[in-house]
Amino acid sequence: MSRKLKEIIIKNIFFLFALISIFILGLIVVFLFREGLPIFKVVSVKDFIFGNEWYPTYNPPDFGIWPLIVGSIIVTLFASVIAVPLGVLSAIYISEIAPPLMKEILKPVIELLAGLPSVVLGFFGMVVLAPWLQETFDLPTGLNIVNVSIILAIMAVPTISSISEDALYSVPREFKEASYALGATRFETIAKVIVPAALSGISTAVILGMARAIGETMVVLMVAGGAAAIPESIFDSVRPMPASIAAEMGEAPFRSNHYHALFATGMVLFFITLFFNLIADYISTKFKEVGSGTL
Amino acid sequence: MVAVQNNNIIETRNINFYYGDFKALTNVTMEFEQNKVTALIGPSGCGKSTLLRLLNRMNDLIDGTRVEGEVVFEDRNIYDPDVDPVEIRRRIGMVFQKPNPFPKSIFNNITYGPKLIGVKNKSELEALVEQSLNQASLWNEVKDILGQSAMMLSGGQQQRVCIARALAMKPDVLLMDEPTSALDPISTAKIEELIEELKKDYTIIIVTHNMQQAARISDYTGFFYLGKLIEYNLTEKLFTNPEVSQTEDYITGRFG
Amino acid sequence: MKWRYFKQNLFLGVVRLSALTIAISLGGFLFYIFVNGLGAISWEFLTLPPRDSMTKGGIMPAILGTIYLTSGAIIIALPLGVVSAVYLNEYAKQGPVVRIIRLGVNCLAGVPSIVFGLFGLGLFVVFLQFGSCILSGALTLGFLILPTIIGASEEALKSVPQTFREASLGLGISKWHTILRIVLPNALPGILTGSILGIGRAAGETAPIMFTASAFFTAKLPTSIFDEVMALPYHVYVLATAGTHIEETRQIQYGTVLVLVGLVLSIDLIAIVIRSYIRKKKRW
Repeated sequence: MSRKLKEIIIKNIFFLFALISIFILGLIVVFLFREGLPIFKVVSVKDFIFGNEWYPTYNPPDFGIWPLIVGSIIVTLFASVIAVPLGVLSAIYISEIAPPLMKEILKPVIELLAGLPSVVLGFFGMVVLAPWLQETFDLPTGLNIVNVSIILAIMAVPTISSISEDALYSVPREFKEASYALGATRFETIAKVIVPAALSGISTAVILGMARAIGETMVVLMVAGGAAAIPESIFDSVRPMPASIAAEMGEAPFRSNHYHALFATGMVLFFITLFFNLIADYISTKFKEVGSGTL
Repeated sequence: MVAVQNNNIIETRNINFYYGDFKALTNVTMEFEQNKVTALIGPSGCGKSTLLRLLNRMNDLIDGTRVEGEVVFEDRNIYDPDVDPVEIRRRIGMVFQKPNPFPKSIFNNITYGPKLIGVKNKSELEALVEQSLNQASLWNEVKDILGQSAMMLSGGQQQRVCIARALAMKPDVLLMDEPTSALDPISTAKIEELIEELKKDYTIIIVTHNMQQAARISDYTGFFYLGKLIEYNLTEKLFTNPEVSQTEDYITGRFG
Repeated sequence: MKWRYFKQNLFLGVVRLSALTIAISLGGFLFYIFVNGLGAISWEFLTLPPRDSMTKGGIMPAILGTIYLTSGAIIIALPLGVVSAVYLNEYAKQGPVVRIIRLGVNCLAGVPSIVFGLFGLGLFVVFLQFGSCILSGALTLGFLILPTIIGASEEALKSVPQTFREASLGLGISKWHTILRIVLPNALPGILTGSILGIGRAAGETAPIMFTASAFFTAKLPTSIFDEVMALPYHVYVLATAGTHIEETRQIQYGTVLVLVGLVLSIDLIAIVIRSYIRKKKRW
């Protein structure tokens, strides 16, 4: 009986540990709310999110984060335009076309790319890409949407590529063989059979890649230029949400309205990425239940 | 050991077994005699392996299963709430369909169980390894390579390591779930010989897909079909003069 | 018929090109950083503190700070992560509770690092009053890499064949001993790989430690876990953006970047090598 009791105790200790990650997720929400909610005593939720003016240190201050949200969305979309084709196509190459040796090389390359610290990529954008853009296009600054989108794309490619590759890899062999046996070319097999069968996995990859881009801080902090205004051209500067938080938190007086506003911006960012992740989870779970048999 | 009436070591009484909503066994009542070999036969999915795994509560490990009825071992229902399944599995050992040695040395495979129940003395462990491997008629083949990984051995040798590993726990009953189905004919013959030897000291219950094997090695045979025990009799009787027509159909190859 | 093959060749060309682009980006980047940074690297650079308002001298305090923060993070995340994974994979009945825990872990993995920074600021620095220090930073980084460690550990546990568990349980060995003696030892290399990748991630992160641990400059080395530290990633950021001598310190910046990239990528590379070694060696 004592052994049974011991087993039960061990099991419950393990259960408690597992609960901690849920607990932390809960704590994140609690502390974001605790420090973020007070701002809504000063501005309404609507004015905060859709307000066009972000002048937190003026007198009187304006706490409208719409330009920051637009900045985040724009850089994420432009980064996706670059990263999605690059990520998905490279995944197709690795999974379906590359000879074994190339596979052995490319998979670690993608993993190392994923491992590059973001501050280093931001540094690269500042000292290499920015001066080049400035000179080539004769711009007032090279720290702009184009620059930040390219760097963010480099950060999102590994996520998109590796998850897409998993999805492509798990397409059953029989599908491919059936297609080849019917006289389809390699391209036709990939385009009409393999990619459609892996589509939900690829969608998950794209969503998670975008989530990575929208939440990325150091790159947008260093390369986006920091103008808190709605941009008019792709060579304008922007100030995405993470950049605003990172740049201003150091200067915002403790528990001032500015401080609370930055936490509230963090809340918005948190819920956007949570939403992305829930969608990705929904797609991948649904896919699992239905199985790859139904196209 | 407690003396059991009629020499039966285990009995099942009105067993029903469910995987979720699926009823895998219906009202199975069976007695297993001590120091005999009992074979369970029947077509795939008939419930014979399920019954075997019920006898040492291995089915507990599968989520969503449910048992009704009793399995009596030494006058106790092993499904009573105060019975520790771990204790039951020590007394009723099991050999699996696919040889499953641990990725450890042969020596450590055999001593894994005994060490965990408190056998610490080195010479005692060495004696136990020799004895168990002897019983599994493997000692002469491996006595010089006890330190090598069990994964290096052939399939038949691996299965005998697994048998020796089970024997090292000194069980009373040995359950064997199609122990030769993954082996070549020569290894199969060796295991069959071994079973003949082992029944002097152990009660053996074996599930087999192979009717000739059941006929060769067992004293009693139970025939299962669709979760029911159709016929249970002396092996000789069941194979030469079955009482139920379904049994006859099966052993003469008319279905299955 | 020719059109079909033309299409195919065009497609293959585009696909190869995209893979090549990625490989060249990484290669070119590493080459650039190496060539520009190498000149700054010297024994003094690695072992001396900065001087003359960080325009000269070395980066030793930043290296040391990164080591402290990263070790702290892994000490927190490894036990928590492995034990959670063991529960999810070995004990839990697959039902709504586990489903919610898994979803929570996945969502935690997707939370942006700056939000972790805010969380760390709100909980450790402000609420628990640790202040901006090694402890706050290590806890924040630890929670950041927790989902990575849980994920990698679960995968490693799943790769241990079910037959090993059955064999041990079938001998009458308790579940706990089966996990301790059979499951964990066989999952260990995989858990190790995941943890090393987590270390690499923690070493390179900037946003989570900006408000929780790192200082622009510290005059002396930390003496307790309640001291602020310098850290490599933050040092890069500070030198590249906030200094008044940005051009003057270019050389130091490149050198610091090279040290950081070298550190993080060698950690990742170790994990990759271990993993491919295990895959080749695996016998089941």
